[in-house]
Amino acid sequence: MKYFEEYRIGDRTETGAHRFEADEIKSFARRFDPQRFHVDEEEAARTHFGKLCASGWHTAFLWMRAQVEYRRRESDRRRARGEGVAKVGPSPGFRDLKWIKPVYVGDTITFATEIVETRVSNSKPEWGIIRMYNTGTNQDGDLVMSFVSTAFIERRPSR
Amino acid sequence: MPKLYFEDFKPGLFGEFGPRLITREEIVAFAAEFDPQPMHLDEDAARETLLHGLAASGWHTCGVMMRMLCDGFLLDSSSMGANAVDEVRWMKPVRPGDTLTLRFTVLETRASRSRPDIGFVTVLIEMINQTGTAVMTLKNALMFGTRTGAKS
Repeated sequence: MKYFEEYRIGDRTETGAHRFEADEIKSFARRFDPQRFHVDEEEAARTHFGKLCASGWHTAFLWMRAQVEYRRRESDRRRARGEGVAKVGPSPGFRDLKWIKPVYVGDTITFATEIVETRVSNSKPEWGIIRMYNTGTNQDGDLVMSFVSTAFIERRPSR
Repeated sequence: MPKLYFEDFKPGLFGEFGPRLITREEIVAFAAEFDPQPMHLDEDAARETLLHGLAASGWHTCGVMMRMLCDGFLLDSSSMGANAVDEVRWMKPVRPGDTLTLRFTVLETRASRSRPDIGFVTVLIEMINQTGTAVMTLKNALMFGTRTGAKS
């Protein structure tokens, strides 16, 4: 991870992509969100979704996985260049999560994150806070998911 | 036939569901799959972080919440899902061995202006641990089919 001071408002990064298949849609839903439109093709066809679609939580959790994997790649690149790696603190939460379009079998969702605000933490001066606008976009370029989250990022240590 | 329709939700405490034990194995398995940060995977690494010890991913708590909601009553309802979550706050760490109870409070209900077969129920969901502390809160509007819409 970059240090807090290196984040620029407007920086946008694509972190990964995932193609949703029927079996994984159903097995995720059976574990976390077994509503009928997420577990059965025939049941889903009878609902407003029209077809089997992924739980919105499935899309959100995969956004997080892509985020963590991206951070790991960035940290590895920095270490290879001899640069320091910032710690990331636990997130206090998120807001304005929207599931804008359903995610159907065969959809490929590309995940991204964009920096919208940076500020120093008042309570923890070794940390800064970044606010991010996070998205999932399908293969047709349609936004399927967006949300805003905050993260604590370590500030560059003083020498 | 679904048991609960939009008309059955009234402002106030709707119910509490659980308790549900959260194990170390489950915390690590979820994190390995969806949120592989060291603070959710390894006790020693987690001790060096602001969590001061292994804790569940906040997303894991969301998944547990959703499953408890489904098991509690959502599958026996005219639920049409939700297309938004207004806010989730992760307030306290969820540790291995914690048990979580889901408290479901209806804040307001609103019939759809355009579609007589749908209503929106705005809710506050709290995940509360065994000490009575809320570890997570979630606010959003759920969509339910109306009883009157189902009959027509």
